[in-house]
Amino acid sequence: MKKRDIKINVPVLARVEGEGALELAIKQGRIEELRLRIYEPPRMFEKFVEGYSYDDLIEMVARICGICPVAYQMSAVQAMEGLFGIEPEPWVKAMRRVMYCGEWLQSHSLHIHLLAAPDFLGFGNVIEMAKTYPVEVRRGLKLQALGNDLITLLGGRSVHPVGICVGGFRRAPEVAEVEAIVQRLEEALPEAAALVGWCASLKLPEDAQVFTSVALSHPDEYAIGEGRLCSDGGLDIGISDYEKHFREFQEPHSTALHAHLDGKPYLVGPLARLNLNRDKLPGPVRESLEQTGINFPSVNMFHSMVARAVELHLVVYEALRLLRDYEPPKQPRIEVKPKAGITFGATEAPRGVLWHRYEMDRGGLVRQARIVPPTSQNQARMEEDLRNSLEAFGLDQEDAALQLHAETVIRNYDPCISCATHFLTLDVTRR
Amino acid sequence: MLKAHKFSCNDYAKTMKPKLAVHKFSSCDGCQLALLNAGEALLQLAELVDIVHFAEAGPVEQDAEVDIALIEGSVSTPRELEHIQTIRDNSRILISIGACATAGGLQALRNMADAGAWMEAIYAKPEHIELLGTATPISDHVRVDLELWGCPVNTGQVVTAVRDLLSGVKPRQELEPLCLECKRQLNVCTLVTQGEPCMGPVTKAGCGAICPKFGRACYACYGPAEKVNDQSLGQRFEGFGLLPEEVARRFRFITSNAPAFKTAGERLEKTK
Repeated sequence: MKKRDIKINVPVLARVEGEGALELAIKQGRIEELRLRIYEPPRMFEKFVEGYSYDDLIEMVARICGICPVAYQMSAVQAMEGLFGIEPEPWVKAMRRVMYCGEWLQSHSLHIHLLAAPDFLGFGNVIEMAKTYPVEVRRGLKLQALGNDLITLLGGRSVHPVGICVGGFRRAPEVAEVEAIVQRLEEALPEAAALVGWCASLKLPEDAQVFTSVALSHPDEYAIGEGRLCSDGGLDIGISDYEKHFREFQEPHSTALHAHLDGKPYLVGPLARLNLNRDKLPGPVRESLEQTGINFPSVNMFHSMVARAVELHLVVYEALRLLRDYEPPKQPRIEVKPKAGITFGATEAPRGVLWHRYEMDRGGLVRQARIVPPTSQNQARMEEDLRNSLEAFGLDQEDAALQLHAETVIRNYDPCISCATHFLTLDVTRR
Repeated sequence: MLKAHKFSCNDYAKTMKPKLAVHKFSSCDGCQLALLNAGEALLQLAELVDIVHFAEAGPVEQDAEVDIALIEGSVSTPRELEHIQTIRDNSRILISIGACATAGGLQALRNMADAGAWMEAIYAKPEHIELLGTATPISDHVRVDLELWGCPVNTGQVVTAVRDLLSGVKPRQELEPLCLECKRQLNVCTLVTQGEPCMGPVTKAGCGAICPKFGRACYACYGPAEKVNDQSLGQRFEGFGLLPEEVARRFRFITSNAPAFKTAGERLEKTK
């Protein structure tokens, strides 16, 4: 068969957060050029937070990403409290986990239904899909709304919430507010379990790959808000040692930096987390995973969809567990006294590890910041995956099919390009 | 300046659905969530309008002619500078949504700095990055028919404006300061009772006064109100013990580039 020369150019990637493009050139049946080009303009957050206070910082970093503002606030608040010698009260810890569960719930549901599922069911977007799958789409929108309302319960609004602060929360919800949401969580629990089965029943491509999974791990729970940085290659380090093992670098075709672990691409996000932490799933969630018949750890990247659904079930279960016997605290936060020094924060954003490093002065103002978001960590892995996956798919396929497959591979990572471009390495040479 | 008949899209109703586009410029994507988080209201909206461009939701037709264009984000690259002109030419009604599109957003903080030096600090090879020296609002570049302020805007603001337009009604512009909205909710005033540097007196209403409801000072994420007496409020803040640079940072925050706050920031800079 004659080998074709193909050029595929997707100038605007649809159903991803932020702005990216794909350039693919195939010559004589071989991939000659493959670029996930990120042209989202950098906003330079790391520079303009300098000189602002630890309180301002919590509001500023939220603006890095409209889809995961809670993650940014949580990594930053963890860093500040670590430096100031504050150990959050059990109530504060529990409510932060609830709020983070809300963010995973809305973000995962948004990705599954609005961004990814149309690929596997043959639709251009969720509005078309809703005509054939009205029940599934409405279930998804309902779960997404519940996630947003959990964030609002503790933060006043779901995008750039205002409740979290260094030392705790600005306000504790009233019992009646919590009771209303507990009832909705009870109703959502079986729907979340059903969603796991539905995602597993989608026609997900078979696509085994070799990659390293990286996630936070915690001895007592499925890590969300804290943990050690671990990999399936034996990495097990404190978050302050991140820079000894991970390296960010710039590629000319992207405004987002790429990252390597010990010189190689790696994966963060739902599949990496489930591969590493599935033994920490509570019983009923583990059951819903087992019923899918899919074995984890999995090397099929498309099992990210199933992993996302399992985590969605997990966070509904966790939020319910933590809110069922809710009692308001004596006070939602404690007094804060700033200290100077270098400090770190790392939590699991819906898309994977979100790592922060700050240098603070005595007055509690930021002197220097460095933020590494999940999507820039996944970018090298995404390009590696695209190459493998397109070759396995068959480069002799029709152009339209190749393009759709490439886009499906990218969307499967749930890339958040808005996040990815706002952080950049700070090997600063100051002038 | 704004004529009601201009907003009427209902003449389309009998023949074909009005076309809507959602465009993204430099931003966090948070204002598009006003639609993506709208749930059932999004599906209903899709019945009323033909969504021809909304990359995050799926449809991509960047250069389509539309009746209503919603713009999120600020202008900060040469490409965006060109793109906004094309969008203006292709749109009957252009609405900027959120702090980035209406005021340049948080990233406009870099307008005060030497952006070139920042680029060198951040990127090893800054020559590969195309960026303007400033992040500016949409209205600096093209005529804007309606501005919806807020960081982020909420679903109510966006859906109400679009539905007003579809019914031939001129959308309401928010003019009053947050204090009025806050009082109607019977919140305890954080400025008067706790000595918190609350920006409510100089900030546009529309958010639901959530910060005072949470017992904290408003940080002006909805931008300046119609009238801003920054001098008087600044003096009050200094009375609470804030240094002039701390007062300046209250104005130089989410919408530092909005004219009223920009002036306040510059005035306070001089008194430092």
